[in-house]
Amino acid sequence: MHAFWQAITLQAGYNTALVCVGAAILGASAGAIGVFVLLRKRTLVSDAVSHATLPGVALAFIVGQLLFEAGRSLPLLLTGAAISAALGVLAVDAIKNHTRLNEDTAIGTVLSTFFALGMVLLTVIQSLQVSGQAGLEGFLLGATSGMLFSEAVLIAVAAGIIGAALLLRMKEFTLLCFDEQFAATSGYNVKALDRTLLILLVGIVVIGLKTVGLVLIVALAIIPPVAARFWTDRVPVLTAIAAGIGATGGYIGAAISASAPDMPTGGVIVLVLFTLFVISMLIAPARGVLAAALRHRRFQKVVHLRQGLLSLAHNEPVLEPLTARLLRRNGLLRGDGRPTPEGASLAHKTAQDQLLWNAYKQQAPEEALLMKDWSLRPIQEVLPPDVVKSLQDDLSLDSAPSANTLRSPL
Amino acid sequence: MDIFLQFDFPSILLGVFAALSCGLLGNFLVLRRQALMGDAISHVVLPGIVIGFLFSHATASWPMLLGAGGAAIVSVLLIELIRRLGNVEPGAAMGVVFTTMFAVGVVLLEQTQTAGVHLDVEHALYGNLESAIWLEAYSWRDLFNLSALSALPEDVKLLAGVSLVLIVTVLAFFKELKITSFDPLLAASLGISPQIFGLLLIVMVAVAAVAAFSAVGSILVIAMFICPAATARMLTDSLKIQLWLSSLVAVFAGVAGYLAAAFLPPMLGFDGSVSAAGMIAVVAGLLQLAAMLFAPRYGVVWRRWHLQRSS
Repeated sequence: MHAFWQAITLQAGYNTALVCVGAAILGASAGAIGVFVLLRKRTLVSDAVSHATLPGVALAFIVGQLLFEAGRSLPLLLTGAAISAALGVLAVDAIKNHTRLNEDTAIGTVLSTFFALGMVLLTVIQSLQVSGQAGLEGFLLGATSGMLFSEAVLIAVAAGIIGAALLLRMKEFTLLCFDEQFAATSGYNVKALDRTLLILLVGIVVIGLKTVGLVLIVALAIIPPVAARFWTDRVPVLTAIAAGIGATGGYIGAAISASAPDMPTGGVIVLVLFTLFVISMLIAPARGVLAAALRHRRFQKVVHLRQGLLSLAHNEPVLEPLTARLLRRNGLLRGDGRPTPEGASLAHKTAQDQLLWNAYKQQAPEEALLMKDWSLRPIQEVLPPDVVKSLQDDLSLDSAPSANTLRSPL
Repeated sequence: MDIFLQFDFPSILLGVFAALSCGLLGNFLVLRRQALMGDAISHVVLPGIVIGFLFSHATASWPMLLGAGGAAIVSVLLIELIRRLGNVEPGAAMGVVFTTMFAVGVVLLEQTQTAGVHLDVEHALYGNLESAIWLEAYSWRDLFNLSALSALPEDVKLLAGVSLVLIVTVLAFFKELKITSFDPLLAASLGISPQIFGLLLIVMVAVAAVAAFSAVGSILVIAMFICPAATARMLTDSLKIQLWLSSLVAVFAGVAGYLAAAFLPPMLGFDGSVSAAGMIAVVAGLLQLAAMLFAPRYGVVWRRWHLQRSS
């Protein structure tokens, strides 16, 4: 526990602090890009991208070893990864567009055969018996323990640049996700935009290989946006929240992994992200489960109270237990099932209100049908006064209850 | 020849059975646009396999199969729960669940290493095709000798049994699987429940993924599911022919992939061998590439050629 606090307050050595900050920047950028990948419904393409990096890493190692005797150089390995990931993306598109096989099949094919090729190359490297190959295993599941200072700086800076590039093109990407045709007619080059988004995705996947590993890096682009979706419907806010969730997950995950033995960085970051996802799903006010349950309960109350008052106005007994309980709690119903004086007067007013609503529905059925508040709130609160006046004249009610005497039951 | 029979033959059997059982089911996954279900399931079974392994301390054991089946069921429920509660699109819900389950498996694996148990991460990702040996075999006649056959490695026997069960099930329910895959509405109106056969297919996929897992690893299972079926799909329109073709492709990839991995590097002057499971998947991928390019009627090259001739 002590080690964890040291790591999370950035006091467990310079390298650990840098790794944590780097993972946070990585998480933020990946989460932000993931938003647009999610909105374009291409979530699983990122899975193909990440698996397709393996042969590139292995080939770059072999080339580096043969030419410069320095296969482990991170920039070289990441360049190889980026090239083979880009080839993977092109292959998915080519299979989808030029054969009868669908996108899912294309993704699965590219993902598994590229990965298999990488595996074969890794075993070739093993049989070459050269030094420095131990670091390659770290690309599968992520390892930050032996990371060099320069590598951590490279990752942090590159992730920052990719995040900034996304911010610059955010408006265009939003347009691309929601209305591709409008974007095209507005003079944007849709194809180039789509390619740019994929290039940014490939970039962030490649940058994240060393920290999170190629099997799990895709989680950084999937989980934060899906979690952020519970909090808001607006794209800029969504992007900010996804970036925040990604950053928190990367930071805490890297800190935990740095402070305990046998905690693989990638796995821990993903578990932290999933925890944040579950929290979002439960408590987010916009679309969370708890908020939805509360909204449902409030709606139920309004409907039950109104139905109860209408029954009272028609001198019918209130038999439904929830309705009776709500009426009693609001002091509208006595223990013996008779209305209290307040209950009786409110029931009368509600009945008149209902008459007006019914009249409105007959006059303008389409508008009434589209109205969310139809017969749920007093009509004066919803419709303009002149409409209400004309309805009253039609029904020849001498004086409708005015808005301040008829208070909404809730 | 003895050495081939004792060391190479059981590995080839493993590869062939794994490719066959996955490849057969892959046909239906590809038809239903559920190709990535194989991907998701092969990832989510990892924590179940690790927990099963902790109980039994052996690969290819019943606790491992049970654990994997449990994990598959848990994740199907989780995906459904997240979709319902969160209004999330299916692909994203699947992505959330399979990465999380795989992460749980990876963290558990690393923890077990401290406990001194041997099941390492590479094994889970790459499989362990080459470890199968059949020391009791002295000649090809032992293939018909029950006592020698019973000495085959547990992996091989398990996978052979699973393949047999899957083949029989697919044959028995061929009509139902076909109708529910092509036209769920028609199936429902004929009294064949698409839900039940959809679930049956998922269960079979999970069983095949788990059984093949210890041979070829969790990621190459995906190649086994997709490549043979996709290759066959490029070549024919008839499902029956597609099933035969995909089985043929799977068996060929299993044999040729292993042989290439074991004997190609020495021929090229390399010392040692390369990953057989990886090579099998590469061969399957190359076959698919060839089919996509040169298949009659549907291949890219064929269509270009016809376009030029007609214009």
